[in-house]
Amino acid sequence: MTTPVWRRRTTRGQWAIWCGWLFGALIVAQGWRFISDATLWDFVWDAPAQAGDMLSRMIPPRWSYAPAILKPLWDTVNIATIGTLLAIVLATPIAFLAARNTSPHAGILRPLALAIIAVSRSINTLIWALLLVTIVGPGVLAGILAVALHSIGFFGKLLYEAIEEIDPTQSEAITATGASPAQVLAYGVVPQVLPTFAGVSVYRWDINIRESAVLGIVGAGGIGLQLNASVSKLAWPQVTLILIAILGAVVVSEWVSARVRAAIV
Amino acid sequence: MLRLTGLTKRYDRGEAALAGVDLTVPDGEVVALIGPSGAGKSTLIRCTNRLVEPTEGTVELDGQDITALAPAALRLARRRMGMIFQEFALIERLTVMENVLSGRLGYVGFWASWWRRFPPGDIQQAFHYLDRVGLAGFENKRADALSGGQRQRVGIARALMQAPALLLVDEPTASLDPRTSRQIMRLILELCDEGGLAAIINIHDVALARQFAHRIIGLRKGRLVFDGKPDSLTTDALTTIYGAEAWATLPDDDRDG
Repeated sequence: MTTPVWRRRTTRGQWAIWCGWLFGALIVAQGWRFISDATLWDFVWDAPAQAGDMLSRMIPPRWSYAPAILKPLWDTVNIATIGTLLAIVLATPIAFLAARNTSPHAGILRPLALAIIAVSRSINTLIWALLLVTIVGPGVLAGILAVALHSIGFFGKLLYEAIEEIDPTQSEAITATGASPAQVLAYGVVPQVLPTFAGVSVYRWDINIRESAVLGIVGAGGIGLQLNASVSKLAWPQVTLILIAILGAVVVSEWVSARVRAAIV
Repeated sequence: MLRLTGLTKRYDRGEAALAGVDLTVPDGEVVALIGPSGAGKSTLIRCTNRLVEPTEGTVELDGQDITALAPAALRLARRRMGMIFQEFALIERLTVMENVLSGRLGYVGFWASWWRRFPPGDIQQAFHYLDRVGLAGFENKRADALSGGQRQRVGIARALMQAPALLLVDEPTASLDPRTSRQIMRLILELCDEGGLAAIINIHDVALARQFAHRIIGLRKGRLVFDGKPDSLTTDALTTIYGAEAWATLPDDDRDG
């Protein structure tokens, strides 16, 4: 009796996989050649010197500029916070409409909710801001609305996925008591998605602090306006100070959101 | 009294999960429902309170045809049928008290339940049942902090809060160890006796069914194939229900440890 032979792949399958790797390598090589041809290599070789030069002009930061950026920094935080709150208020009902297990109407309302989420997500905050500045004029309001409109999709998507992943027997048990559909949501669904709700809220707020820092570039309020102005005036020490301020705001917001998420599991 | 007539459930594909079950359960009778996996035991229980819509047949509780009810009336009727689950189906992140009070949701308006403002009588009842199932002092613990046996006791208290006439019990002991299983079964039986409640208990453990139930019915492929007293559940009857097996090895006297 011969020893049985077992191999994971047939010879043919093994060759197909090697050919696949070869093909992939060829594509990478070809792509590299294409990028290389389209690059002005003189600039690239010069880049370290340029970066060093810019860095030397950025240091030290212009600390005396600090009072001038406090107000824009405050605006930035407000844009992120109010925009996030607005998004939460609008996205929560949309998420319940979009989730397969809670949607009251699978034929029209659910696709509509999913469409709102998709549109909101597919347009970047900066693009929303660009559109809104032309509609409501430049300023903080445009920024708030831009943040809110983009966050609806993010928040709605993560929340409706959490709703679809709940343990159905818990809501079944509530249904079996004779509870109304609203009570089934309140007792069978809401407690199960509450950690996701809170976690995604602070996570999105944290992202929005970072995003609202650049909205000023298109005129939608906040510290981005000063950043843009300083860059175009080549006022590098001011740019450094603004970047430090943004870094500070981001670190604080990350700390807050980490604390909140740790507290609500 | 619960009366099932010609109760049938056909899922979208495949054969009927329940094929014309006729069953009458008088007040105060505890029925153990046994049968192989996939025999339709769970479907029978879920068709009774219409968590699963029956395809044909009727369910009558105290003369009221449950199958004919519109949603609002069905909710009122469900209050009379307490349900107990295999995996307990507690709201894990809520406290024991909130879980027990959720048995009153059919009696309380939405905002009162949202703000947890239950009537004082309900809260008094909740403390009474917590004490009765042996969980006095547990009211502020979160459900996910409890052991399996304790969770099932909360599930039982929740079902009793509905002031039911009938308990629908789906594999109450399948997630529990043998000793806890006996304690839970004994508790359910005592509570049924005290309140004169009828119960249908799905159960895999034939020895437990024999020991505790007043009556045993056997389901196979969606049909009733056995109905009798625990004593009359012979090895022949077991073969009819489950198929051939060396049943003699089954311990038929069950001592409590």
